[in-house]
Amino acid sequence: MSSTPDTWRPSDRELERQAVRRSQRRRSILISTTATVLVFGALVLGTVTSPGWPNVKATFFSWDDAQAAFPAIWHAFWRYNVVLFMVGEVLILILAMLVALVRQTKAAALLPLRIIAVVYTDLFRGIPTILLVFMLAFGMPALQLQGVTNSLFFWGLTALVLSYGAYVAEVLRSGIESIHPSQLASADALGLSRFQAMRYVVVPQGVRRVVPPLLNDFISLQKDTALVGAAGLFDALFAARDYANFNFNFTPYVVVALYFIVLTIPLARLTDYLQHRAMERERQGAR
Amino acid sequence: MSSDAPLLEVTDLRKCYGDKVVLHDVGLTVHPHDVICLIGSSGSGKSTLLRCLNLLEDVDDGVIRFEGREISDPRVDRREVRSRMGMVFQAYNLFPHLTVLDNCTLAPRRVHGVPKAEAEQRAHDLLARFGLADQADKHPDRMSGGQQQRAALVRALCTQPTLLLLDEITAALDPELVGEVLTIVRDLAEQGTTMILATHEMGFAREVATTVCFLDEGRILEHGVPAEIFSSPREDRTRQFLARVLG
Amino acid sequence: MLVALGCAPQNSSTTATDTSTANQTPADCAQGKTLTDGTLTIATDSPAYDPWFKNNDPTNGKGFESAVAYAVADELGFDQSSVKWVKEPFNKSYAPGDKDFDFDINQISITPQRAKVVTFSDGYYTAAQALIALKDSPVSQATSIEDLKKYKLGAQTGTTSLTAIRDDIDPSQEPLVFDDTNVAKQALLNHQVDAIVADLPTAFYITAVQIPQATIVGQFQQQSGEPEQFGMLFQKDNPLVDCVNAALANMKSDGTLDSIEKKWLSETVSVPVLQ
Repeated sequence: MSSTPDTWRPSDRELERQAVRRSQRRRSILISTTATVLVFGALVLGTVTSPGWPNVKATFFSWDDAQAAFPAIWHAFWRYNVVLFMVGEVLILILAMLVALVRQTKAAALLPLRIIAVVYTDLFRGIPTILLVFMLAFGMPALQLQGVTNSLFFWGLTALVLSYGAYVAEVLRSGIESIHPSQLASADALGLSRFQAMRYVVVPQGVRRVVPPLLNDFISLQKDTALVGAAGLFDALFAARDYANFNFNFTPYVVVALYFIVLTIPLARLTDYLQHRAMERERQGAR
Repeated sequence: MSSDAPLLEVTDLRKCYGDKVVLHDVGLTVHPHDVICLIGSSGSGKSTLLRCLNLLEDVDDGVIRFEGREISDPRVDRREVRSRMGMVFQAYNLFPHLTVLDNCTLAPRRVHGVPKAEAEQRAHDLLARFGLADQADKHPDRMSGGQQQRAALVRALCTQPTLLLLDEITAALDPELVGEVLTIVRDLAEQGTTMILATHEMGFAREVATTVCFLDEGRILEHGVPAEIFSSPREDRTRQFLARVLG
Repeated sequence: MLVALGCAPQNSSTTATDTSTANQTPADCAQGKTLTDGTLTIATDSPAYDPWFKNNDPTNGKGFESAVAYAVADELGFDQSSVKWVKEPFNKSYAPGDKDFDFDINQISITPQRAKVVTFSDGYYTAAQALIALKDSPVSQATSIEDLKKYKLGAQTGTTSLTAIRDDIDPSQEPLVFDDTNVAKQALLNHQVDAIVADLPTAFYITAVQIPQATIVGQFQQQSGEPEQFGMLFQKDNPLVDCVNAALANMKSDGTLDSIEKKWLSETVSVPVLQ
């Protein structure tokens, strides 16, 4: 059978409908643009016409101070914050994965570890991170134990890893437990050992499922690296605070905020993309 | 009837979930190359029986002997037993994060120690035989239900099991996809694969089975060759069931 | 909405540098210039450290800054019961907007940069920097600023002590910066820092009372420019500052300020000077 060429042309009624839709769209765009301009315009206008604005501008948005503080902040940011969250995140993921796996294991020999894991997640999600930084950075060296380092950086990093490890462990555990038991049954039926089933089937899927909250925690960690300031580590925020305290100007804080924002935005988009891709894969069998 | 020793022998099997007795005194003998079809209404215990055979569930009484030894012994390594049986479920079989090829090579490589190249070759051959050659590098979410179940069968076969257990594998499929899956199962039967399958497809059972077992409320009420069961069942309940199902 | 935003009060632009203050007493001058009539509101940080205050209680009149504050209040015509103290964290004291105190006295050094944002009184104390180290530490043998370069030093954030380290000593290792002296002290005890820099009176208090195992290695004045002075911090262009300056002038000329300093900061004499 030969295929006949498609000779359809829109009817008059259809053309009318298209015209109506076009004008509806134009109206929508007009309304949304006007609304946006009005709202943001009002906000901006309200801000710059308030009586304190020149003062606020000089205090928070002073270009000279931004330039003066910039080198110290830049240096501190790369030296401390970036190292802390890059190294920290890796350690956190490893620790969290171990804790999550231990918490849901049924092996008898691992029961003591299971108890430790439960206590760990409860305790370290309970202690405020800044308190932990302070206690470890100054408390541990004060104990003067043999072979234990004095280094503030080490203890600051450890505090972050222990604190975030607990949160991330719970996220991973929820991901692992959310995998349908039939996946485990399939793995069992194939003769995979418990460990193999976790390693090749459950954990890969479980982790993919919780990529958004994991990335969220990573973004949060980036900010919390600033907490090491409590231990005297001269990170970007502390550098900003130091400049601010000495020169009585808050602009460096705005600079630090901008750094963190610039760091966060690409990660947020990455999260969206990865989540989209992962969920597509999960929807098999739904047809 | 072959005179080989039975591959699988089940005696007096009993299984309870809490207070509810799901399987009473179930007995079954399977010889190599047998195709046993389990039929019966839902809740009659077909799936439970298969899961007990595959040691996914513990039995509450009775003995299961596979390849000459008792596998219902708690000291038996279940993993080892399961690696010699293949099981396919009704749905959600494949691992969605892996390609079809990886799905098929996972168990041979990790459980049976087959080298990667050989495992992949075996997988490709089987996939080609069952019309899935071009699906090897796809993820399951890109395939139809029928294709997924066929791939699940291939995956089970890649481990070269002695016994294949199929639990209503066409029940979740759209009617037009059922046929392609049954074709494979028929092929496998003709090649002599030993199988136990729970199914609603009566026409298929009549054609392909060597023995049909009718389960009713946890007991094998009646069993025999298809001709017997379908044309002249002994029990009333069997008759009623068939009348309902065959119309 | 715009109307609501426009309702913040305008700062009065009366400058109190009328030449008529030449004949006024500070008390007359201060009439009507305080936040609350009849009360002088003074701020300081918490905790209020020794020897500037005693027992973390500014109201007892003990400690150098507490004594100075009450002496100034007296000159301005406020007796002890008319003085009200408020707590003001250091970071907040220079934030923009209206202040909730008349002035803040908190060992704040006067710098031209800071004077752009707030108004300072005249200096009431000239601060030298002192170096504190544990008695058995090699740092305690140092005799010159050069000797200090190789050590890990620490100081409080935003202070001239920190600037002194950076500008005058310029050590090879990055200095450790702390939020407050408590943290600095802990680090010293933990050997996480070799020596800490603080102003001399604070250093005395630390070595005398808080870390007896520490000693003052020496004192130094900053090399560049004028010696640092502590001043009281006022909201920008607050007219009260002139009254306070007049009060301070009186206290300097009649010896009150000196005797307060002798009473509370008397040990500042015999510390070796590091060049």
